[in-house]
Amino acid sequence: MHDIYNFVVGPLAWFGWGVFILGAIYKLVYAYNKFITKDATSAHYMSWKFGLRSIGAWLIPFFTTGWKNNPLVTAVTFVFHICLILVPIFLSAHAILWQQFFGIEFFWTLPDNVADIMTLLVIAACVFFAVRRLAYPRVKFITEAKDWWVLLLVVSPFITGYLAYHQIFNYQFMIVLHVITGLAWLALIPFSRLSHMLFALFTRAYIGSEFGGVRKVKDW
Amino acid sequence: MQDRSNWDWDPGKRVVLDTAKCSEGVQWMEELHVSPDGETAAAICCTDEAEFGICVNGDFGEDRYEKAICPTFTPEGKYVALVSQDMEWYVSVDRELWPEGYGFLWNIMVNGGGVAVAVQQDMQYGMCVNGETWENLYDNANNFTFGPDGKSVAAAVQVEPMGQAEIFKFQSGIFSVAVNGEPWKEQFVNVYTPVFSDDCASVACQVRRSLYDYTIAVDGKVWNKNYNCVWEPVFKPGTKDVFAPVRIAGKWGMAANGELQWENKWTQLWQPQFSKDGKNLWAIGATGFGKFTVVKNNAPWSVTFPVVTDLVLSHDGEKAAAIAKKSGDKYTLVVNGSAWAGDYDMIFPPVFSPDGTKVGCVAEKNGKYNILVNGKPCGESFDRAFTPAFSPDSAKVLVKGVSGTEYSRSVLDATGF
Amino acid sequence: MKESKFDRKIDDIGLKEGIAKLTPEKIQQTFQKFMDSEAGAKLRVYHETCVRCGMCSEACHFFVSHDGDPSYSPVGKVTQTMNVLINKKGRVDAEFVYKCAQIAYTECNLCRRCMHYCPLGIDTGYIMSMVRRFCHLLGVTPQYIQDTAHSHSATFNQMWVKDDEWPDALLWQEEEARDEFPNLRIPLDVVGADIMYSVIGPEPKFRTQLIYQAAAILHEAGVNWTMPSLPGWDNSDMAMYTGDFEMMGRLKRAHFECAQNLKVKKVVMGECGHAFRSVYDMGNRWCGWDNYPVEVVHSIEFFAYLLRTGMIKMKTKFPGPVTIHDPCNIIRGRGLMDELRFVAHEIAEEVIEMTPNREYNYCCCAGGGVINCGPPFKNVRVKGNKAKAIQLRGVKEKGVSTVISPCHNCHGGLEDIIHGYELGMDLKFLGDIIYEHMEKTKAVE
Repeated sequence: MHDIYNFVVGPLAWFGWGVFILGAIYKLVYAYNKFITKDATSAHYMSWKFGLRSIGAWLIPFFTTGWKNNPLVTAVTFVFHICLILVPIFLSAHAILWQQFFGIEFFWTLPDNVADIMTLLVIAACVFFAVRRLAYPRVKFITEAKDWWVLLLVVSPFITGYLAYHQIFNYQFMIVLHVITGLAWLALIPFSRLSHMLFALFTRAYIGSEFGGVRKVKDW
Repeated sequence: MQDRSNWDWDPGKRVVLDTAKCSEGVQWMEELHVSPDGETAAAICCTDEAEFGICVNGDFGEDRYEKAICPTFTPEGKYVALVSQDMEWYVSVDRELWPEGYGFLWNIMVNGGGVAVAVQQDMQYGMCVNGETWENLYDNANNFTFGPDGKSVAAAVQVEPMGQAEIFKFQSGIFSVAVNGEPWKEQFVNVYTPVFSDDCASVACQVRRSLYDYTIAVDGKVWNKNYNCVWEPVFKPGTKDVFAPVRIAGKWGMAANGELQWENKWTQLWQPQFSKDGKNLWAIGATGFGKFTVVKNNAPWSVTFPVVTDLVLSHDGEKAAAIAKKSGDKYTLVVNGSAWAGDYDMIFPPVFSPDGTKVGCVAEKNGKYNILVNGKPCGESFDRAFTPAFSPDSAKVLVKGVSGTEYSRSVLDATGF
Repeated sequence: MKESKFDRKIDDIGLKEGIAKLTPEKIQQTFQKFMDSEAGAKLRVYHETCVRCGMCSEACHFFVSHDGDPSYSPVGKVTQTMNVLINKKGRVDAEFVYKCAQIAYTECNLCRRCMHYCPLGIDTGYIMSMVRRFCHLLGVTPQYIQDTAHSHSATFNQMWVKDDEWPDALLWQEEEARDEFPNLRIPLDVVGADIMYSVIGPEPKFRTQLIYQAAAILHEAGVNWTMPSLPGWDNSDMAMYTGDFEMMGRLKRAHFECAQNLKVKKVVMGECGHAFRSVYDMGNRWCGWDNYPVEVVHSIEFFAYLLRTGMIKMKTKFPGPVTIHDPCNIIRGRGLMDELRFVAHEIAEEVIEMTPNREYNYCCCAGGGVINCGPPFKNVRVKGNKAKAIQLRGVKEKGVSTVISPCHNCHGGLEDIIHGYELGMDLKFLGDIIYEHMEKTKAVE
């Protein structure tokens, strides 16, 4: 079991990170090239001012029309994304790995009990999203298999991490599963619905530029 | 170009017409038009309720019409307008009417000493050239053109009837080209911008063969390639070779007789124009989105602008000038790749001196019109000004303008520019 | 997603005959070519990144009017069309193309209201216009809008107005107007005028009164203006909405060259919405111009200018309260909501707003070429915009019986809604009211 652990946090982790980074670069470069060649008549209008204005507006909870009209989704979405980003980076156990593999020293990590609650919040949010997909006709209608996979992909490292931390079931097994699901999550970012992590800022900035610069109205 | 040597080139200013002296009893007078030599100023006047006359140098003549529209001067100085009498429309040339009346007339064209006009008679459409009407008229006609011989005309014509919203009938191709009234046997979905060769023996035009396939047809024969889009073709002078901008994979190139001559690298490419000797092919093009310029033999000028229009060539076809619009709605003239200093609210089409050393145009700023020669104001400011003309020796420039109610022509020295 | 059933198919000759010519190979090849040569990063990234949250649903008047039927939500429409096409790489049958066309051409107004709702900034209107483009490439387009596109291609106007009928209509209106304003002219082809006034095809065809009114206003204001006597006068562009972008570009070139040849500083356009979109947002781009090559001023801005400068003075104001319907293409498309309100308050005694309004306004459901799809789809528009009927009824109960909307399409759409829901309200253009209530110093007593 220990060998497997060493394998997953060693070579497999490098592989996972490699796929993520190279995949992300590939996706972004590919999209950029397509954008400036095939969508040249759109790319021309990209504007820092209006792009950042749009991103800023949508980073404020309950500020935009979309957020205002869906308060519950908004609340869950913000909590979910904040926890989803902070926990994997600032978890004290992960800080050791950052140090060990990348030589990055953190001055601060999440207190374990806070991280624990945040993990549960992520899981709860995923349950909320799942229920929404099942019960809400407007979401059910547009849900594809992909959407379920991605939900599973996102929640798995959190469930396994939680179980491992609390030593429920077999710790060794759980921790290996946690690393594998976590790496899968990372590696699939460029190749799944999760790619909105890469593109959201750009799609937002683009439409903000069109609305601000050309159409002279708010895009929120 | 017509002979200018017999124009009055004596230096000095002469008031040709003071409209204050002739507008008595006139309800209103339309904008003055002036002849190329500046000797004649004419306008359409409303002389009484629903009664119109044509005023030439202050003389109203005898004839009155129910309506008179679209006045213009030919290069030879004939004054042409469309007038209506007893619900019929006539062509008036120097206030003489062509014999035949029509349901409607429009689109006066002048070329090679002739006059042509589009006609509608009993809801049938065609053309009348120098007083002769086509024998065949059609359900519809447009995209009229007039050849350099002053006799040949062509137009896009609808050769089959079509009912309301018959989309598949339309797509089967019901348009053709009528040359001097006779239609080609080939039919197309659309036909645009027919153009004559210099000997007027051939006609080329843009055709749309299906909703998606555009190409060029010459005397009814289509090129062997279709394109995503094409623009107006031109004949190479002295030959039957036809050149036209074509769009391939979203970019524009120049094709000749169906073979690509200029690689399709242009964001836009239109208004191709040959020098008279056929050596240089010019066009307006864009090197990138929002970057327009002038292109000579596939090489762009180094400066680009948001908008470029009115490409005019020097007589030898080696130089060119074009109007450029900069950001902030300001205009300038670009000559041989460099823009004139100074911004204007409007620039009017330029002319070259015969020796090609000078370019003149009308420019407007804050409502005042000036003649510019090589970028510098020449003579006084006017309330309105007309395209200047250079003398055959290029040493003098004829300036025509209106100040207040006075229309004057002035011959000025053009050597200092 | 289950393969959703489509139980609202509407019979249309254009669509029916269109799909009859298709084979699975043709569909797939066309789609492949479309993806390779035309679809860029936008379409691909939108497809990949949409997380299917459904937040855009209630942005759409179709969704709201159909009581939350998810097949009418913006993302629902994408899911049923472009999403399947991309996932299956175009391996779909002809019947599916029919459905795509019906959804894209008649159940989406490309109004972009959903842009206020999508956290990721996914432009559903763009995706639907790309579905239309694909359907155009296959030749599957509703009959009436296709006929309009044909008219554009053959005459450069949208109503098959022949070359002579246009100047004839102008001369006729000039003559009519001279009974009221003795010296009024509709100046034709005046090179160097300040302004070229441009209209859309229906004005010379059915609504010549609008040309009369515009001439009266311009004459009274003492503007130095002109109208072209040759094709290029029509600023409208239904080819933009059928997906025939090549024709869209050709039309815009003709329109702007018309203005450039006349050497006017500005084009003032009548009260139309989609034509405005075509000049600053879409048609100009196809031609390579990053903005309109000649400034185009919408009537709203122009009237605001005339009223502000006092070139036009109101003798009386329109009595009784009015409400404002904001046309998408000039409000959400160009931010003229404040100018529109300025003009409305200048010319009417009282303005009672509907909500949501301004850039959040519900579309009239006629826009985006939907009304141009003709009689077969009229009910789609009327039933699909119960939301607007409820809004209108709301202000009607507050005593409003007049709706101002500066857009031809909005008039067509709202007229059917007002009639269909028996609201008994009047529609007005700004020009109707200004002409009726302005000081006419140059008119005969």
